[in-house]
Parts: sequence; C-alpha cells; structure tokens
Amino acid sequence: MRKIFSRPHSLRDVSTHYCPGCGHGIAQRLVAEAVDSLGIRERVIGIAPVGCAVIAYDYWDFDCCEAAHGRALAVATGIKRVRPEAIVFTYQGDGDLAAIGAAETIHAANRAENLTVIFINNAVYGMTGGQMAPTTLLNQKTATTPKGRFAGNEGYPVKISEMLSLLEGVRFVERVALCSPADILKAAAAIKQAFKNQIEGVGFSLVEILSPCPTYWGLKPPEAIDWIKDEMIKTFPLGRIK
Amino acid sequence: MKNERVLMSGNEAIGEAALRAGCRFYAGYPITPQNELIGYMAEHIPKRGGVFIQAESELAAINMVFGAAAVGALAMTSSSSPGISLKQEGISYLAGAELPAVIVNIMRGGPGLGNIAPAQSDYFQATRGGGHGDYRCIVLAPSCVQEAYDFTQLGFDLADRYRNPVIILGDGMLGQMMEPVVLESPSPSLRDKTKKPWALTGCAGRSANIVRSFYLKEGELEKANLRLQKKYSLIKSKEVRYSQEYVDDARLIIVSYGSMARIARQVVMRLRHQGKRVGLFRPITLWPFPEERIKMLALKKMAPCFLVVEMSYGQLVEDVRLAVNGRAKVFFLGRGGGGIPSEKEILQTIQRIIRL
Repeated sequence: MRKIFSRPHSLRDVSTHYCPGCGHGIAQRLVAEAVDSLGIRERVIGIAPVGCAVIAYDYWDFDCCEAAHGRALAVATGIKRVRPEAIVFTYQGDGDLAAIGAAETIHAANRAENLTVIFINNAVYGMTGGQMAPTTLLNQKTATTPKGRFAGNEGYPVKISEMLSLLEGVRFVERVALCSPADILKAAAAIKQAFKNQIEGVGFSLVEILSPCPTYWGLKPPEAIDWIKDEMIKTFPLGRIK
Repeated sequence: MKNERVLMSGNEAIGEAALRAGCRFYAGYPITPQNELIGYMAEHIPKRGGVFIQAESELAAINMVFGAAAVGALAMTSSSSPGISLKQEGISYLAGAELPAVIVNIMRGGPGLGNIAPAQSDYFQATRGGGHGDYRCIVLAPSCVQEAYDFTQLGFDLADRYRNPVIILGDGMLGQMMEPVVLESPSPSLRDKTKKPWALTGCAGRSANIVRSFYLKEGELEKANLRLQKKYSLIKSKEVRYSQEYVDDARLIIVSYGSMARIARQVVMRLRHQGKRVGLFRPITLWPFPEERIKMLALKKMAPCFLVVEMSYGQLVEDVRLAVNGRAKVFFLGRGGGGIPSEKEILQTIQRIIRL
C-alpha cells in the first residue's frame, strides 16, 4: 500500500501540550510541511512567540529563536538582515502580533522586511486564561470581558491584516481558517506561498489563520469549528487580502 | 592598519571602536545626548559591510540586536537614560539567553524625561541588572574619549567571551566632548577565534539550535540560573578593573568614576602639589565592582577615609559602603539632575572631613 500521509521531517516525533481541538497543532504541522516541501529545513530560522505556542521549538525540528512578547518581528529583522540567506519566519498569536507587538509588526511590514509571518488569530489570550485579545469579537465573553466585548468600552476587533495591506512594503496577505479539510488545504497553500515569496525575495508576506480555541471559547471542539464558520468569518472574511 | 591620532567626540569614538572591533549590526533610536553615535553608525557601518537600522523604538532596537546576536553577529545598540529604561526587557532576555551584545548608555538627568545634561543616576540600573530576573551585565565606565574607544573594544571581547551583555556607561559630557584619540588597529584578538556553535545558522549538518531563556520544566530554570551565577562568579574573579592614584599613603581617598573622576582627579593633583595626602580610586568595571581592592584599602593599619563623589544622589556610595563594611568612614558628595560637583565643592567637602 502506498503511504500518502506521514509526519513531516521538520516536526519532531513528540506529543504536543495543546488542548483538544486547538488549532496550533494543525498550523504548526502546516508550517513544517511547507518547510519540507520547499526543501528549506536547513535554512529556516523560526521565531517562537510568547503564548500557547511558546515552546513551538520543542515541536519543530529546525533552528528556532525565542522572542519577548510582541517583539518577534524585531528579532526576525535582526536575524534576516544579518543572514539574508536564511529563511526567517515568525509564528505569532493575536495578542503578540496585534496588541503588544503592533508597533513591531507595522514597522517590519513597512520596511518591507523579506519575512514570512504566520499569524494565529483565535480571538482570545489562551495561555494566560482566556482574556480579551485585540481580535476578540464584539459581544464575545472572555475572562476580562465577562459581559461580552462592548465597543463603547473595549473598542472593536482589530483587523490588522487589512491595516497592513495598506502599507506599500507589504507584498502578500491572506486570511485562512482551520475549519474543514478544504479550508486547511487552502491554509497550507497560503503558508507555502508566503515562504516561497521569501525565497524569491518578494518581501513581507503574512498569513492570518483563524484558529479554534475551544477551551476559552467555552465550546466543544466541533462547536468551535462552527463558531469560526458562523461568527468569526463575519468579522474576519477569508481570502486573499493583498 | 597603523595607529592614527584623531580628534573625536566620545560618541564617535565609541562608534569607531565598535566598527574596528568587528561590530556589524547596529540598531538604535534617536535620543540626546547620544545622537552623534547613531549618526556615526548610520554613515559608517554600511561602508564596512554591516547593517544599520533606525528602529521604531528602543524596544525594537534591542530586540533587533537580540536577533542579530542570536545568529552570531557582533551587535550594538545605544541610547540615553529614558531609552535605556525601555531596553531593559531586551537586556534581561539577552542575559537569560546568554547572548553577547554591547549596549551604550550616554546618561542624562532623570527621573522621567529629566533633561539632557550629563548625569550618573543610572548606576543602580546598570549594575543591578536593570530588568527582571537575577542577572548581571558587565559595566565599563570610561572617563575620557580614549577610554570610550578602548573600553568599547574591550566590551565586545568580554561580551563574546562570556556570552553576556556589556554596558558602556558614559554620560552626556563624555559623549559630546572632543579629545584626541589614538585609534589602534586591533591586535588579533579573541574575537577572530570565538566560535559560536550555539548560533542560529540553519541546522545543516547538525541538530537544531534553540536560543531561549524559557525553562518551564521543574528545576530547569534553577539549573539555568545556577549556570549564570557560576559565570558571574568567574567574571568577578577575572574581570575587575580599576585605576588608583596616590592611594598608598592617603588619609582620604576619593572614589569616583567616569567624567566625575576627572574633576575629582584635578582636586587630588592640586592637593598633592601642596603635599596633602589625598588619593583617587576610580572603578572602571562598575560590575564586577572592585570591592576586594576597596576592602584592602580600608583594612590598612592607618585606614584612610573615603569620599565618594558622583553625579547622582548616592548610588556608587552604596557599593563603597558595602565594600568598606564599617571598617572606615565613608563620606558622600553628590549632585543630580545635571548638577556636577565642582572642584571647589569637592575641596570644601574634603576640608570639612579632614584638617588639611
């Protein structure tokens, strides 16, 4: 029988610490598959975030660097400028990329740094216990918006991908979701494209991934998938933004 | 390259020293009184094959340096007091991940936005770590433009040797002042030999490298901290530096560093011409602090008294008191917020302490 699916070489043979139904495991496998298929494992340097994916380097089997919360794109800038031959990517959550690291994100994008950004949007801070994220939906209940996010007090969900697409330095932005197998295939293609862009010197490329967090959405894993489809996509429509 | 003698500001001398030491990455954010340094790097580092980035903030600058250091480059950033406060997060991460980097602080008056006059009020911040966690930076305090040049070169050596952040602690006076400097061509040093097997270079032919300061499993972080503490002990035993003049028979020893020590030295020289027994002790490494040497001076049969003079309201004096530990009297003269103790004030203070 022909083997059609196996663990990517760029992924270590270990179990992850993620909650049942979490999207991080899928997203990190997609990154590893893209790295394998482009044959760049020995050139890749990944920047692990602060948040649930903080120990992503325990799962990926290639060179990785830590970054302080929000500073991944500054660290990535230093790395890429010194080693332009390396393929450098950041893997960041919504709080990391769009709240505490908003300045680093905007300015790395504006400098047209030739980097790949994998942006996990699950509309919540996971590691710290489900607090409001910049991308938390209106009326969404979190640990710090117990009555639901209210625009008059907490403002609106930040559409950072749309904001970034306005910058001249940004070359590629696509929003995908980890819902159905078809959606995951689209996510895989977008991630691969974002790496390919860097190899070809195209410049700043970002893939926003709508990713389930059943634990802090208070939903069962299948319900979390439905919530992305029914709710999240209304605020964060899928597709190529730039 | 042969030695040249040129006229330069302290800020420019630090820039030239960094370039000759092999610094090939600089990120910074403008702030007075260190702007000549960022300007010097912007102009000269690209000509020597290096990278210059004007970052969007001091936070970004120090984290760019973190990235550059993680892939093996000799990297530097510079700022002045308020900007250095912003860099503390990154400095803590550099220390935790054991990455070498040189951070220049051309101090100005504080707290808060303060002013742009010279000050020495960041001594605690520099010598106690400055950010969160149990860590130390090596702190070098130049007192003239030549030393600004020399200590910057030394700083890169020490950073690489110990995989630790090094702070060059100057002040606005030193940064802005112009003096002749001999630009020595660097001898083949450690820098050329330092291998960095830990650096992120892509995992071709080896297992993956990880640069991290995060240790979640039980006991791991304590182990990492003990490794750091062992390194700090080694640094303490090997890298203490100071300068001393006329201390052997002195009845009073002025302890002072950086620009302030130059003014103190004028007083010492004048009093010595009059046959008065006054000496000068100048710490060069503020961390590791020359506590053993100060202790030895305090233990002498005819123990001198100490007068600590600084451009702050009493920071260095705490280290002197700890080293002396009650064995001799320690007096203090300090001014802050851009105020600089004058020769006259120092002289008057000495006259109050001992009958000259």
